[in-house]
Amino acid sequence: MNTSPALSVMIVDDETPARTRLRDLLADIAGELPNVVVAEASNGVMAIAAIDGLAVDVALVDIRMPEMDGIELARHLAQLEQPPALIFVTAYDSHAVEAFEVNAIDYLVKPVRAQRLVAALRRARQSRPPAPQVLAQLSPGARSHLSCHERGRLLLISLADIVYLRADLKYVTARTAAREYLLDESLTHLEEEFATRFIRLHRSVLVARDAIVGFERSTTDDAEAQWQALLRGIAERLPVSRRQWPLVKSYARQSNV
Amino acid sequence: MPDFRNFGVMLRVLLGVNALALAAALVHSNGIADWVPRYVDMAAWVQPLLLLNLALLALLGKGLRRLPAGLGQIFIIVLAAGSAALLLDFWRFMGFDEGSWQRLLRASLLSGATAATLLLYFSLRAKAFSPALAEARLQALTARIRPHFLFNSLNAVLSLIRSEPRRAETAIEELADLFRALMRDQRDLLPLADEIALCRQYLNLEKLRLGERLNVVWQVSAVPADVKVPPLMLQPLLENAVYYGIEPSSEPGTIRIAFARKGKELHIGLSNPCYGGTNVPGGNHMALANIRERLTLYYDLEARLETKEVALKDGRHEYRVRIVLPCRSEKI
Repeated sequence: MNTSPALSVMIVDDETPARTRLRDLLADIAGELPNVVVAEASNGVMAIAAIDGLAVDVALVDIRMPEMDGIELARHLAQLEQPPALIFVTAYDSHAVEAFEVNAIDYLVKPVRAQRLVAALRRARQSRPPAPQVLAQLSPGARSHLSCHERGRLLLISLADIVYLRADLKYVTARTAAREYLLDESLTHLEEEFATRFIRLHRSVLVARDAIVGFERSTTDDAEAQWQALLRGIAERLPVSRRQWPLVKSYARQSNV
Repeated sequence: MPDFRNFGVMLRVLLGVNALALAAALVHSNGIADWVPRYVDMAAWVQPLLLLNLALLALLGKGLRRLPAGLGQIFIIVLAAGSAALLLDFWRFMGFDEGSWQRLLRASLLSGATAATLLLYFSLRAKAFSPALAEARLQALTARIRPHFLFNSLNAVLSLIRSEPRRAETAIEELADLFRALMRDQRDLLPLADEIALCRQYLNLEKLRLGERLNVVWQVSAVPADVKVPPLMLQPLLENAVYYGIEPSSEPGTIRIAFARKGKELHIGLSNPCYGGTNVPGGNHMALANIRERLTLYYDLEARLETKEVALKDGRHEYRVRIVLPCRSEKI
């Protein structure tokens, strides 16, 4: 008999029947491997909201989901101090499955069989969650959200809400209309990942292209005048470096800012 | 346009030209005894010209195939006629032939006519074989259902067995019907009503998984019941609509399917929500290209398939597919 306490499990899948099925299976195997479903969510964003304040040992995560897919969810969960072990569950995704094999990431195929689930859960107790770099390779596309860790909570910031990203010393600050967030990312990587979304204004600032509403020449007396970008939603203005100005100007001309 | 680098084609050209030369030698000869010497005489003129042309055609092969068929054929005839004249003029220069513009013209005409005869033969041959080719292509093109759908559906049915066994039974029956249709030998046109029934079954299965996220609106009116359509023409489009229009959003979405008869044409319209910036790795276009090709094989130029992305007033986007088919109630 297993003497360790029941495994707390979270189920993340956008299809209700798929969640029902996993719940039924987990109930079936409870005698063999004590477990309790502590949370269910229908996509990555809801999963991060649901996990707040919970101690989850294992997350069973579908890959293809709306709003935020399973791989991106895993990338955000990796920032938690005690991230849950992850088991991906997929109906059919040859690319992902190949990548999982290569990187020794645990996965199950739908329809899931009880014995496979038991084996995966047993392994999950010992395993460590996949490294963020590995997950980054698994999802070639850009993320839909950025996340930051704040007072023990994982906060999600939708890319669409971000007005600009600024690098200061060790951190990158993401500015939305409402507030600022401190991210543990590098500005260079963010620029590469979201090249279509942001444009560099100067060495340490990326601004969302669609947040630029216009440009104005600063009227300071000292030295040469400098161009500043006017932004949607916030009163703050961002200086444009002389080096970046030609690029920014040509973008602005194309999009009629 | 035959592939002139193909050994079979070269062999056919060689044999064909020599057969024509044999026939010409017989026409030219005074008696049967004279036939072979005549042919040998003629071969001295014909073979170098033939080999020259074959070499040129093999060199030009790829470029020729890129030309429209008619233009390519004219080019080949002109090439044959021109090279005959040039070669004869070269023989005259070398002193093998007395040469005159009349002899040059005669050689060009003969050579051009031979080329035209062979081209006619090749085009007739291609036509004779193409139905088999078309059929093979149809078989290969007939849509394959996404494995993603099969396994997700099986999973959904499994989840129902305990709580709603009756619904699970119906679902498995529908799955069986769908796969029967998919595995059928699909060549003949089928009644539109059958295709619609199949699509309804497919959508019922998707509804099982997706629940309220999937809404479907059918508009079938004034369409003759006996109109026939290519088998599995709509189902792959609906599968696309679900995969790209419904699954990527957690909000409910609507797929609309409308049928209308306009004169002798059947118009089918399909629309689904679409989400900008979806990095679709070609899957969608493959299904569309597939259906487009099948339509061409069934109807040639009489059918068309158009797609467009429309921005709606409320800022959302919609993907629309329109198919226009000739109304046919008899088999083709």
